[in-house]
Amino acid sequence: MTRNARFIDERITLKYGTGGGSMRALIEQVFAKGLGDVGDDGIGLAAMDDGAAIRIGDQYLVIATDSHVVQPIEFPGGDIGRLAISGTVNDLAMMGATKPLALTCAVIIEDGFPRDDLKRIWESIRATCEEAGTTIVTGDTKVMGHGELDGLVLNTTGVGLTKRLVSDAGLRAGDKILVTGTMGDHGLAIMATRNELALETTLESDVAPVHTLVRRALDVGGEGVVALKDPTRGGLSSALHEMAEKSGVGIILDETAIPLREEVRAVGEILGIDPLVSANEGKAVFGLRPDCAEAVLDAVRSHPLGRNAAIVGECVSERPGFVVLDTGFGSRLLAEAEGELLPRIC
Amino acid sequence: MNPSDAFAQMKFRDPKRARGLRDALERLVQGADHAPVSVMHVCGSHEQAIAKFGLRAAFPQELQVIMGPGCPVCVTDVPEVDEAVALAKQGVRIASYGDMLRVPGTSQSLADAKAEGANVDVVYSVTQAVDLAREHDEEIVFFASGFETTAVATAAILVDDPPDNFSVLSAHKYIPPVMEIVAEMPETKIEGFLAAGHAATITGSAVFEKFVERHGLPVVIAGFEPLDVMAGLVKLLEVINSGEPRVENAFPRCVTREGNVHAQKLLWRVFRPTGGRWRGIAHVPNGNLRLRDEFAKYDTRKRFTIDASALWSYAPPKLVQQCQCGDIMAGIASPSDCQLFGKECTPDKPVGACMVSAEGTCRIWHQYGGRPDLRSMKRGAA
Amino acid sequence: MCLGVPGKVIEVDREMQIATVDFWGVKKEVRLEVCDAPVAPGDYILNHVGFAIRRIPPEEAAETLALYDELLRLADEQDLMTADVRAELDAAPDATRSPKVAPDESQ
Repeated sequence: MTRNARFIDERITLKYGTGGGSMRALIEQVFAKGLGDVGDDGIGLAAMDDGAAIRIGDQYLVIATDSHVVQPIEFPGGDIGRLAISGTVNDLAMMGATKPLALTCAVIIEDGFPRDDLKRIWESIRATCEEAGTTIVTGDTKVMGHGELDGLVLNTTGVGLTKRLVSDAGLRAGDKILVTGTMGDHGLAIMATRNELALETTLESDVAPVHTLVRRALDVGGEGVVALKDPTRGGLSSALHEMAEKSGVGIILDETAIPLREEVRAVGEILGIDPLVSANEGKAVFGLRPDCAEAVLDAVRSHPLGRNAAIVGECVSERPGFVVLDTGFGSRLLAEAEGELLPRIC
Repeated sequence: MNPSDAFAQMKFRDPKRARGLRDALERLVQGADHAPVSVMHVCGSHEQAIAKFGLRAAFPQELQVIMGPGCPVCVTDVPEVDEAVALAKQGVRIASYGDMLRVPGTSQSLADAKAEGANVDVVYSVTQAVDLAREHDEEIVFFASGFETTAVATAAILVDDPPDNFSVLSAHKYIPPVMEIVAEMPETKIEGFLAAGHAATITGSAVFEKFVERHGLPVVIAGFEPLDVMAGLVKLLEVINSGEPRVENAFPRCVTREGNVHAQKLLWRVFRPTGGRWRGIAHVPNGNLRLRDEFAKYDTRKRFTIDASALWSYAPPKLVQQCQCGDIMAGIASPSDCQLFGKECTPDKPVGACMVSAEGTCRIWHQYGGRPDLRSMKRGAA
Repeated sequence: MCLGVPGKVIEVDREMQIATVDFWGVKKEVRLEVCDAPVAPGDYILNHVGFAIRRIPPEEAAETLALYDELLRLADEQDLMTADVRAELDAAPDATRSPKVAPDESQ
């Protein structure tokens, strides 16, 4: 059960989709209730991991699914297509399935959507599939009336195989936390494009498939990699809160060690949004046994997508489920994002 | 050192100096002849800075830094919110700063009205509200919340010939009068005030001199970087210990004695101070800012007939009676003293304004854990 | 009271009384009509809800740092610990908050 036992409001509002505590409560109390599970050896809905796993012989079949509703559809650094493919490839990787077998893609298109935009997004999907070493094998196409949907919605499902499953619940006191690069890039890049904010920036989304990076870490760290998660909606904060809660440990983060782009921090300060609750779409968070941490760090840094990797925290037995941020000036509890990310204003 | 590099190099966040200042605080608190030493700040942004940088975990145990009524959203009273909500439900398009959206009125907030179909826009600056008025034919009402610093922006807009379909519903407030109220409260144990650096950038430090004379309580003006806050507190404790109350400016890069005279003139040309209720603080003489007659043309209250009576037919929820926001904002209670805190009243489902605003004490305490004893949690201990 | 962020002026449109200001790499337009002094490119201003409310004289930044250091000294002149701290401060390289981010990589 989640730390703050919430009850579900009469009407499902936007906050239930933001990836934080409310969403988890909704899944626990509504979606997962009463559904049969996958058996002792697998990972099912109730675990609320990045994907599911079903045992087949001496391996696990890993399945992950995502719907993508990002607005704007095309943004600095990427688009909804690249986001869709990367997102699912990464979800599979976060369970340990770093060689995606195949993807599906269902599209729901709004009546009036420009053909050339669709082609451009599809080209991005093709390119990202190639980059990820996978392809789309089946899908579905629907068109809804004008105004019934905002442009385009994509759903992708991916499957992969792995001999070793890595969950997000394997931490224990003493384990180290590693992030593969700068935090908050995607979420703040999206916020910065909102016209009414009139900010001129060069911020870009970090959207990318990181499965080969995870592979490298798993090859070097082996059983020492005890937890894996990608810090998407809700950012590093959500990812760590989930890991801490499920594992029954507290986490202390060294804020000064967390890699951040200057511009991301600047936009975050101006908008009043903490980069640590802002989404990342090309990063991973690892929980590592202390004896393999440095080796994994070196391995990750040697990968083009992991140049700014850093060890940023440690697990402790106190305050299980909580994440404490050592700011360099003092400490505070790291907050989780609640509700829509509205810039803080007077 | 090239002075402008100070910003680029984030010198005002230098952890080493911060540690030195923290040690200075510890020494000064030990040097006081009593404990705890209680000081108050009256600025939501100071609380945010303290929370964000985790300064509370670094303050000495015997130093109490209390947040007073410095969150403009939190002190916007129920009838003022009702005016905006009533207008929205009457079909008028409202532009508002985002934080005000979820503040509860008698029965509803602007967010509730919006969910029911009212036209409410979130803006990040008053200039956006004016842009809306230029782009559309319909009436645009700007729900103007915020203290005097923000009121200056509203004033600048109003003297700049805004379009005819634009008007301002002023809920602006003025801080110095409420410091008087807090200083005069019998229960108060406040020994000194940390004043808001940005408001003082406009008003100047001189505005606090009479206050200090009247009440014998020192006022130190501080900025918002972590070093600014620490230095301000060090200065305040020094002055308290000296027994010679005075006004001190610990934010010299932005605050002068006379302040920004041009902005002051503009502010008082457009607004007049008037007595009014602040949420939880009853009557604050001269605490509210309303449009002068010269600007009646743009005064929402004169342009529209606002009928908020329909909102009063809902019985106020019982929980509101247990809400301790008033005492919390006056600094006589902490969020943890309130029975509703963290249970019936959470950021998800706020009862009082202190839980709604990003600068509200209760919200900040809930998010950041108030003043948890995090000193014992060290890395490398496992 | 909130969002009072200091930024560096890049460009000034005197007629429209608007400046383009850089906040750690992010550019935004800021109105100048309530600023307490005329601004020129290179100046630092304090921004509040899209209006510059103060031109921060460069020498003031140094003065603030001097203020901090003076507070450290005055707190207890006889205290050996202060002396240690002071020495540490004098010897320390300039502190920046985030670790260096590799410049050319996108991640």
